[in-house]
Amino acid sequence: MGMTIAEKILARASGKEKVKPDEVVVAKVDVAMSHENADVVRKSFIEIGVEKVWDPKKIVIIFDHRVPAESERTATTHKAVREFVKSQGIKNFYDVGKGGICHQVLPEKGHIFPGAVVVGTDSHTTTHGAFGAFALGIGATEMAGVWTEGELWFKVPHTIKIVCDGEFNPGIYAKDLILYIIGKIKADGADYRAVEFTGSTIENMSIASRMVICNLSMEMGAKVAFTPVDKKVIEYIHQRRKDWSFDHNLKADDDAVYEKVIHIDVTNEIKEPQIACPHSVDNVKNLSEVGDLIIHQGVIGSCTNGRLEDLAEAAQILKNRKVHPDVRLIIIPASQEVYLEALNRGYIQTFIEAGAMINPSGCGPCVGVHQGILAAGEVCISSTNRNFIGRMGSKDSFVYLASPAVVAASSITGKLTNPINLK
Amino acid sequence: MEDFILRGKVVAVLGDNIDTDIIYPGRYLNITDKKDTAEHAFELAYPEIKKKMEPGDFIVAAKNFGCGSSREQATAALKYSGFGGVIASSFARIFFRNSLNLGLPLISSQDAYKVIKEGDELEIDLLKGIINDKTSNTQIVASPLDEKAVLYLKEGGLIPYLRKKYSKK
Repeated sequence: MGMTIAEKILARASGKEKVKPDEVVVAKVDVAMSHENADVVRKSFIEIGVEKVWDPKKIVIIFDHRVPAESERTATTHKAVREFVKSQGIKNFYDVGKGGICHQVLPEKGHIFPGAVVVGTDSHTTTHGAFGAFALGIGATEMAGVWTEGELWFKVPHTIKIVCDGEFNPGIYAKDLILYIIGKIKADGADYRAVEFTGSTIENMSIASRMVICNLSMEMGAKVAFTPVDKKVIEYIHQRRKDWSFDHNLKADDDAVYEKVIHIDVTNEIKEPQIACPHSVDNVKNLSEVGDLIIHQGVIGSCTNGRLEDLAEAAQILKNRKVHPDVRLIIIPASQEVYLEALNRGYIQTFIEAGAMINPSGCGPCVGVHQGILAAGEVCISSTNRNFIGRMGSKDSFVYLASPAVVAASSITGKLTNPINLK
Repeated sequence: MEDFILRGKVVAVLGDNIDTDIIYPGRYLNITDKKDTAEHAFELAYPEIKKKMEPGDFIVAAKNFGCGSSREQATAALKYSGFGGVIASSFARIFFRNSLNLGLPLISSQDAYKVIKEGDELEIDLLKGIINDKTSNTQIVASPLDEKAVLYLKEGGLIPYLRKKYSKK
């Protein structure tokens, strides 16, 4: 009997020939990432009472949740983390203006590779399955344990395989596909499971689009998610990483055992943009089923959809058009690198001419702290990842999740709009 | 906790997918001392819970409790508010691990939320997996705690466990 990708990685990392679902293993960690909550980790680490972290080269810290500091409290925690990073000799530290959103910066700066065990104190760490990493979110105290021991216990997950075939209809993107899947299998549909995405739709996708798929798999409960390690992935890593000692042919065995296999006929099943309505990511509808929806704010950004291809899509729609007078459109490049390239390509100029506001690279309003908080009764169309109660401000505000194209089109008309119907 | 029997009353019975933003709003993530998180538990969505609760009280919910963010503040806010534990049909993965690590008891029971009413007095045997609803005089089946949970609850969480392990060296 063969192994799935998750089983292969956990077997390698725990020094075993073979592992099976439900078995508990202790695996070596290759990358341990934290953002601002490194301060919570730091406090737990100090409580444990060990002086030095296990391996400063494997720890990466990237500020993104509240950049630049929005309050004195954050400034104080930022400062404490900076001092800690120095005292521990952690070189992989991306401060304000040096990085961007952690899930963009990690691969961009060459920290991720196929077969790696990546833990992050952020639930959307599943993103890095787009590069064949066993990547998952953990809590701060658990991370303090990783900083201490360099390893972590895992229950080997069962794997669900999702085969997506067919071409996207016009105006349909990776975001629509993953929202459609979440709507189908629901918020707990992949709880504790690994998910492998395969099929022609996934193979034809860019790296950025595959990151969208793996990122949002979290919203159906997935422990880890994977898209195939192929030439595109190897090329991407080749440009960004010196160390090449990883499995270049990582894939599931032909006789791997799956708990479930789901087939999606992308062309025939997804004919309209998909919208996740308040207040749950699995509350997914076809755009036309949502009906008339006046919007007050649009957001294009986040670890889900703030990459160059997302900004390109938005720029194409916003070129020579204006954001509706009653709408604030906020655009957040996912990283400094993305920002600079968007600037070079003229997207930023297009956005400013259209009347959008550009926020600094970071999580922005997605975490509900600053840079675009909603008042009671306001409606936001957003390319981000969560629409929970109070996620972006008032508990009486409403966040609808969609592709960057839908956000751009809707920001022009002032109401929920299918980009293909834009005049 | 020595005998792994919990006693308390039910302060709220909630539905599916009680997410971490409901449990602990993102706007307070800049609080990094675990104890200081307590005052914001359920603040936006269910502010009445904190007003009514007494130490040792239980939250009861349907499936996928704790879904969403990895924020440990969600677990910390419940633990340091003094909740006795959470009883739900299922728990989201990261919240489940955070609760193990901080020593907040989670009790998985398919049917609890259908049977238990707000205000009911419960006695829970964590090792046997039995919820005794003393108000309605019914016994409800729960999953007995697994080995890791027993270990960490005995030790008071992952930090005391690791502190002990490394102070020996």
